[in-house]
Amino acid sequence: MSCLTGKSFNPVVNRRGVIAGLAGMGVMGLLAGCSDEGAPAGSGSGDAAAFKIGTIGPLTGANASYGTSVCNGAELGCKDFSTDELAFAFKSEDDVADGEKSVNAFNSLADWGMQALVGPTTTGASIAVAEVANSDPQIFMITPSASAPDVTADKTCVFQACFNDPNQGANAAKKLAEMFGDEKFVVFYNSGDTYSSGIRDAFMEKAEELKLEIVDEETFKDDSQTSFTTQLTKAKDKGATMIFAPIYYTPASVLLANAKDMGYDVKMMGCDGMDGILGVEGFDTSLAEGLYLMTPFSADDPKNEEFVTAYKDAYGETPDQFAADAYDSVHAVALALAEAGLAADADPTEVAEALPEAMTKITVEGLTGTLTWNDKGEVEKDPMVYVIQDGKYVAA
Amino acid sequence: MLQVLKSKKTRHDLVTYGLVVLAFLVVSFMQANHMIPRMIAGQLVPICAYVVMAISLNLVVGVAGDLSLGHAGFMSVGAYTGIVAAMSLSEAVPNDSVRLVIALMVGAASAALAGFLIGIPVLRLSGDYLAIVTLAFGEIIKEIVTCLIVGVDENGLHVLFNLTGKLTVDDLGLTEAGTAIIKGAQGASGTDTISTFFMGFVLVMVALVIVLNLVRSRTGRAILAVRDNRIAAESVGISTTRYRMIAFVVSAALAGAAGALFGNSFSQLSATKFDFNTSILILVFVVLGGLGNMRGSIVAATVLTILPEALRQFSDYRMLVYAIVLILVMIISNNSTIKDFVARIVPSRKSGKKEVSADA
Amino acid sequence: MTVFLQFLVNGLSMGSVYAIIALGYTMVYGIAKMLNFAHGDVIMIGAYISFCVTAYLGLPAVVSVLAAVAVCTVLGILIEGLAYKPLRQAGPLAVLITAIGVSYFLQNAAQLIWGATPKNFTSIVTFEVPPALAAYNVSAVSIVTVVACLVIMAALMWFTGKTKMGKAMRAVSEDKAAAQLMGINVNRTISMTFAIGSALAAIAGVLLCSYSPVLQPTTGAMPGIKAFTAAVFGGIGSIPGAFVGGILLGIIEAMAQAYISTSLANSIVFAVLIVVLLVKPAGLFGKYVPEKV
Repeated sequence: MSCLTGKSFNPVVNRRGVIAGLAGMGVMGLLAGCSDEGAPAGSGSGDAAAFKIGTIGPLTGANASYGTSVCNGAELGCKDFSTDELAFAFKSEDDVADGEKSVNAFNSLADWGMQALVGPTTTGASIAVAEVANSDPQIFMITPSASAPDVTADKTCVFQACFNDPNQGANAAKKLAEMFGDEKFVVFYNSGDTYSSGIRDAFMEKAEELKLEIVDEETFKDDSQTSFTTQLTKAKDKGATMIFAPIYYTPASVLLANAKDMGYDVKMMGCDGMDGILGVEGFDTSLAEGLYLMTPFSADDPKNEEFVTAYKDAYGETPDQFAADAYDSVHAVALALAEAGLAADADPTEVAEALPEAMTKITVEGLTGTLTWNDKGEVEKDPMVYVIQDGKYVAA
Repeated sequence: MLQVLKSKKTRHDLVTYGLVVLAFLVVSFMQANHMIPRMIAGQLVPICAYVVMAISLNLVVGVAGDLSLGHAGFMSVGAYTGIVAAMSLSEAVPNDSVRLVIALMVGAASAALAGFLIGIPVLRLSGDYLAIVTLAFGEIIKEIVTCLIVGVDENGLHVLFNLTGKLTVDDLGLTEAGTAIIKGAQGASGTDTISTFFMGFVLVMVALVIVLNLVRSRTGRAILAVRDNRIAAESVGISTTRYRMIAFVVSAALAGAAGALFGNSFSQLSATKFDFNTSILILVFVVLGGLGNMRGSIVAATVLTILPEALRQFSDYRMLVYAIVLILVMIISNNSTIKDFVARIVPSRKSGKKEVSADA
Repeated sequence: MTVFLQFLVNGLSMGSVYAIIALGYTMVYGIAKMLNFAHGDVIMIGAYISFCVTAYLGLPAVVSVLAAVAVCTVLGILIEGLAYKPLRQAGPLAVLITAIGVSYFLQNAAQLIWGATPKNFTSIVTFEVPPALAAYNVSAVSIVTVVACLVIMAALMWFTGKTKMGKAMRAVSEDKAAAQLMGINVNRTISMTFAIGSALAAIAGVLLCSYSPVLQPTTGAMPGIKAFTAAVFGGIGSIPGAFVGGILLGIIEAMAQAYISTSLANSIVFAVLIVVLLVKPAGLFGKYVPEKV
């Protein structure tokens, strides 16, 4: 019975040998960690004069696909925007989408000599890192994908390259009121996720103002996303004809499959987090037929073709909005550095001091539209609504 | 004084205290002289929190013999109450250190209360069933915290329980001067990072003093008796539930204080941080350091917190290497051939063995 | 009323998936007396193997299931031999930590092999559901899962009750040392247990992903923990208990989501578990063994 506890406890485990061994391992680890310093790894030009850009994202764990996209996009950006005068060196670190590990990753990059951070990927981690980046000694940070207003709030050297949540939620409500004013809506979101619930809050506020008819709200959490049939049954019962789902593409693919299995014929619109759904290997794209997406990036847009091809060649996948935002972030750093007249050997604190002002002056003609920044660090760009037709994005 | 030093246990304890103080002094000296890379320096406070977590869990698992898989839940309770205490007192108590001490105490008190309430049903069970029920409580605490919305303004604290998931920070009805502290799913964000390495060190010392003294006391001997043979202990009139409860509540309180220290060292903290995996992580510290061996817990918590970061050079293979190291350490430390071999080349181990059996 | 039936069907579908995972858990626990936290990750590997065989090699679904079973069986024996066998004499906590190490290892290995981007698993069960059942959205996968559960349950009960190997397993479960003295090869018996448990995991993996199509390295983790809960619920070590526990867990979860709160559904499931354990300390079907002096 008491197989794990009780009598069978074996105090023989506590041997000094273990402790000594552990201590030895730790010292080795420390030494290894230290010796790693100053040896620029990663791609980009590795010479001493390169400007060091670091990226942080979940490269392992449940959110690894988002972090991998951001790191790939930033890496490609560092390659493409390197010039003879200003070359970029690149290094990415894993944070498992966790604030504590993200701060560790940030510090590790700072030890490497990082001059500007393009990251972190997820919102919670970004808020934790932004605080550290903004405190003395400052390091310039632009997050490609963390969308809560708290990331940039009250911080001088922290910028965002994606829409923030209130902005996106309000925009979504406006677009829906314009396009589908007569539908009955169900809002479906991840109540345990900052991005999802952030958009939902702003959306609800705006929807009330615009008199959208919202008949139901359904939620789920990260650890219960294997099936949404119960939520869909409730929504169907209440007569919802359109789903607004500010969720990531992984749960979205389950949602679409469940709706089809139930024979629930319903329209659906998602936000930028749903971009990438067509890239999921094995995904039956016919499920996403007629899906509306409000995202600034389309891999099917001819103007992005060069980037999409290069990305596919390098990483074997179609880039999603995470990769595009990261690429644009590097683009912005490159332009802002030129604007501020900084060289590759600029001190990180010098960069953090000069770049915020330069950022407000530049205009990035990027993959995700035309980007400008205000002095709060928030981006301004136009949202686009796409609809999926024949497995491709078509402007709606 | 000399009389005191004659006791082997006391000497062992004093050496433990001494080593912790020494480690603190060395690290502080190195930090003052910029000899520590930023990566390590940034981890000092979390390491202190994990060390306290390991010591406190060791009290339950190692000393009292109850396997708890939900220890992170108490850390979570302590972290959020600690953050709320620290943030809401930011004007009343301008001194950061004093505020942090209050936060630690509030965290400890509320976690102790949670520990007591959870202990009532949980301690009726034992063995694997106790393990699964603590796991369940850990998950329940996590979900409840995700539903909390807390803010503060001049009228006091505002707390909402967001059962339907439809409430937002705006529903708190905060005045202009108010600040939202815990924002439901987003967790606590915008927290002032007031935790310091010195306070972390103090907390480690306090935890050590409490746990070691408890173990050496009459109560501690009773707890050990319950662990070693519950029926025998009961037959000599020791109330098993009472002594297990004492260990459980003390452990929860220390975990709460560790949580408050941890929570106040990051500007953002999600409830999902304190999930099953974190509970397991702490358990790994305890098992690797040795059941009932506090010194081992300290070393294991420190090394295993730094190890994944030190392995960053392996990049993609980092967590794979970590997993292999974990398995190998478990196998090697339990292999009798290797143990005998080590015993032969380290003759002092023989005397060490006797001491360890009385170790705590 | 129809909506209620809908929720019931949803719960049954999810529950049958929990049940099939829980059968593997309870099998290994019942014989080897260890909490194999890596079970959920063996499930994930099984699903990946099945995915690769159908998507990359273009072979029929049945072959993919057989391939998954074969790979997972070998994997189970390997894990047991390399990680758990050296710890046979060690404390149970050391084994628990090793199991967690194995779980980390499998997840990260899967990510290195198949990448972090999720794959969409195409359901391997594609027959038409009779209209009477289809009206309540009973899916083909659910029918297959329930049938598979019942067949596996019956087979396991027959195996452990009637065959020589099964009897040896029960003997090992009762008392390893005594079993050894009776001429039973304890190591081989435990290896066999892991082989069976992992084969079941492969089947569970294929059915889990047919039910919920997202396949990524962490796919097995949460269903694994819930199925473990289900096994405890029914009385860990008891084969019918795992089945009933799984089904009940699924129904409770669906009802909690439907009528109380989706945010707290897991909490409600766990709360029910706690209450059940307080009333019946060994789970619904578990044998309560009073401590003897």
